[in-house]
Amino acid sequence: MTIKKALTLSVCSVLLAGNAVASDKVLNIYNWSDYIEPEAVSRFEKETGIKVNYDVYDSNEVLEAKLMAGGSGYDLVVPTGAFLERQLQAGIYSKIDKSKLTNLANLDAALVEKISKHDEGNLHNVPYAWGTIGLGYNVDAVKARLGDMEFDTLDLIFNPEVTAKLKDCGIGVLDSPAEVMSIAQNYAGVDPNSESKADLKKGAEVLEKVRGDYKYFHSGKYISDLANGDVCVALGYNGDILQAQSRAEEAGQGVNISYAIPKEGTLIWFDLMAIPADAPHPEAAHKFIDYVLKGETAAGISNYVYYAVPNKAAEPLLNEDVISNPGIYPSDAVKAKLFAQKAHTARFDRLLTRTWVNIKTGR
Amino acid sequence: MSTSKIAWINDSYGKMTKYNFFSRVNWGRFSVVSVPYLWLAIFFFIPFVVVFKISLSEAAIAVPPYTPILDWNLEEAYVTLKLSLSNYLFLLEDDFYLSAYLSSIKVAAISTFFTLLVAFPIAYLMARSEGSMRALLLALVILPFWTSFLLRVYAWMGLLKKNGLINETLMSMGLIDQPLIMMQTDFAVYIGIVYTYLPFMVLPLYSALEKMDMTLLEAAEDLGARPYQSFFLITLPLAMPGVIAGCLLVFIPAVGEFVIPALLGGSDTLMIGRVLWDEFFLNRDWPMASAVAVVMLIILVLPIMLIRNSQGKEGAV
Repeated sequence: MTIKKALTLSVCSVLLAGNAVASDKVLNIYNWSDYIEPEAVSRFEKETGIKVNYDVYDSNEVLEAKLMAGGSGYDLVVPTGAFLERQLQAGIYSKIDKSKLTNLANLDAALVEKISKHDEGNLHNVPYAWGTIGLGYNVDAVKARLGDMEFDTLDLIFNPEVTAKLKDCGIGVLDSPAEVMSIAQNYAGVDPNSESKADLKKGAEVLEKVRGDYKYFHSGKYISDLANGDVCVALGYNGDILQAQSRAEEAGQGVNISYAIPKEGTLIWFDLMAIPADAPHPEAAHKFIDYVLKGETAAGISNYVYYAVPNKAAEPLLNEDVISNPGIYPSDAVKAKLFAQKAHTARFDRLLTRTWVNIKTGR
Repeated sequence: MSTSKIAWINDSYGKMTKYNFFSRVNWGRFSVVSVPYLWLAIFFFIPFVVVFKISLSEAAIAVPPYTPILDWNLEEAYVTLKLSLSNYLFLLEDDFYLSAYLSSIKVAAISTFFTLLVAFPIAYLMARSEGSMRALLLALVILPFWTSFLLRVYAWMGLLKKNGLINETLMSMGLIDQPLIMMQTDFAVYIGIVYTYLPFMVLPLYSALEKMDMTLLEAAEDLGARPYQSFFLITLPLAMPGVIAGCLLVFIPAVGEFVIPALLGGSDTLMIGRVLWDEFFLNRDWPMASAVAVVMLIILVLPIMLIRNSQGKEGAV
């Protein structure tokens, strides 16, 4: 594995270095999978004459491992807030030259303010998209077991009396310790970003009581499982659950999926564009950031991926089913209850990982 | 290279004689033999040294994310070598790692046993069939490799899941009322490992059984041995090199298996591959992850060397 990676990296860097010498007309983007409107890249290539090498990942951890190994050769990456916050300490990002961004004013100032908790003064990032972690549920299956009630509550996955009734139709929860634990801590009534052992224990207790009712902890399986009816409740990313919803509609098997932001409050996350310090083509990266900041580009992305973009100029251009969907663009009252997750210290991460493994394995 | 490459080596009579390397070494043979050693050096030894080196450092928020063990400053003329054993000590102190190793070994041992159980009849049939039939059976064993391993595991997910093929069939036949829960269980992990590694067991068994002299069985029968007696007294001992080779080929990768338990296993399947992943990606502790890997290698290599040693002695007798 190590060698394979080292070889791949060295081959990549040789190739990329070759390109850099040839011209600055190349841009190496590393973004989340299924996270852009495909035409957006080809339009950028046509407008600027820059050739884009577009590569994708499916977890922050994979991105971080590549960046921390050094010499990744990427010009533009899109880590989530808490990850960027910690990676900044390693000095792996260069500052963004805001004078080169003509469309910067399009950004939603209120959201940018929240992001500065991750990156003081937002010197190293420009937000790409944002979303929430919430509840995806199979409307008919859940109604049949719980009767008529409001389903916008974390009781669906954290209250033992409720989960016992849902066990037979399947509950899936993200296998993401930091994110799920902060939501559990918040549900238990303590600071979601607290690193004290006592608060971690309170969060863990919430999960231990219901763990036996969960079908699995997994960060991707719930998309197809919700759509197929293999699970009926999932704690997951809003865009993923909306994707499950549209898949279920296409399949026409009568599975009706809905997304709810829990009223107890949940996690808001931001994916941020950043330029690695050793990026071979920072000029081209700035051009792409400015291109994404355009209202039309941002709206195209949001309409395609079903995640929200922090872009005021995009709002009039959004499709009706996107802008009016409270799962994508929640009301200000709901937004006020959302909290961002801070980067943890290494000591707490170790403690959290161990607690998480113990919860998962029932030790 | 100097011409004084002279060494003492044993000649064919076991007497120590002086040899001149340049005149005596068979270069054609040397170049052929050196290929596997070169391969091992580049793809096993060097990476292992790198991993071992990382395991002696400490995690840091930096690029790369660990402290250097060798530090020097030419102006102030100092070189420091800092080796940290804390990762290994932590491995010993915390019984979590021990139980992860043990449960991996348990899963691997059980799956190896069942792989052997399934593979033996297949290999036996292959060894006893003739000509084109044998070629066909051999092709059938190798055929699954033509499809991606990941796809085949996904196919098992389709078979084993709650409304999958097996459950649907059993329900429609009226054999069960409730779907059996097979996915996300240890059972599914065993199925996945046995299925995936089956060819690695069948092929060495086949090559051992193929060489067996069938007249030995006839002789045993003539002398009054019952079939099970001749199996345990003749067939099994003769197949033993194949059994050992096959078991090692299955057991070793199964201990470190990550993909199969991740896809088919439940959240409570604790295996060392997962622990490694967590150390590396969640704790971002490359040195600790490296230490876990080094210890795993030691746990695996020692018994194998013991087995090889005992085999060598048998050969000498």
